[in-house]
Amino acid sequence: MTVTVNGQDRPLPPTASVADLLASIGLDGRKIAVERNREIVPRSVWASTALAQGDTLEIVAFIGGG
Amino acid sequence: MDDHWEVAGRRFASRLVVGTGKYKDLPETAAAIEASGAEMVTVAVRRVNLSDPNAPLLQDFVSPTRYTYLPNTAGCFTADDAVRTLRLAREAGGWNLVKLEVLGPPPYLYPDMAATFEAAAALIADGFEVMVYCADDPVAAKRLEEMGCVAIMPLGAPIGSGMGVVNPFLIRAIKAAARVPVLVDAGIGTASEAAFAMELGCDAVLLNSAIAHAGDPVRMARAMKAAVVAGREAYLAGRMPREYKAAASSPMVGMIQP
Repeated sequence: MTVTVNGQDRPLPPTASVADLLASIGLDGRKIAVERNREIVPRSVWASTALAQGDTLEIVAFIGGG
Repeated sequence: MDDHWEVAGRRFASRLVVGTGKYKDLPETAAAIEASGAEMVTVAVRRVNLSDPNAPLLQDFVSPTRYTYLPNTAGCFTADDAVRTLRLAREAGGWNLVKLEVLGPPPYLYPDMAATFEAAAALIADGFEVMVYCADDPVAAKRLEEMGCVAIMPLGAPIGSGMGVVNPFLIRAIKAAARVPVLVDAGIGTASEAAFAMELGCDAVLLNSAIAHAGDPVRMARAMKAAVVAGREAYLAGRMPREYKAAASSPMVGMIQP
């Protein structure tokens, strides 16, 4: 299946979870947040949240700002 | 002397809050913030770079355990964007204290107060503790406080303008009416302007560009730290009255004869 992550299409196995997606990108357990189809996915359910074809995800972190 | 301020149950000795943006690199960011003595720093929320997931992050240089991170909504021009951004920030950081700013268009990026009220209401209903960037408008400031905002942060001048506190009368009026902390946020350009904001009675000053865009950011960070302390001390001391005439400082008795 294909999901859109931070505006980029990304192929994934059909049963992938949010945790699988993060592992495939190489993001470790740092302070990030994940939004799927405009809903926050809490860290506690990353492993149990299955993705679906066409999902839109945003993965964000803190950066410098005023 | 125990002079501190509190917001949302958190206690701070430093009355300087600094941004973490616009620095040359992360080591310079860390050095300037260290020199500023700040205990609270503002941060932005942005997409992770997927092509370089191991790139250094702000938190590797500015520790969120040492500094209170105040996530902002910089770049948000609608209430929905601001609320969505801060929900992500809460998930990433695990805390509720945030800086709300909803901006109008360039060239002034002046606070959009209608959208700010809308976003503040949504955030407060969702359990956030909202420090709010706002117009230097005493009526709007009071309304934000009554809605439940935990700090009122009127602009001294437009963001990044370095013009100082252009309407000190209104900043003083907002502070005089407020029962929550008042911070001048935006517009400060140099140390005397930060001191001036504190002399007006503000609880703290929030600035970013004045340090990050100084010729020597670390040195300006030290200057700002001293300026905020000086301004606070002057406010507490109570300045002498202004008089439109001279009053000699040396006694007139005991003068030698002409």
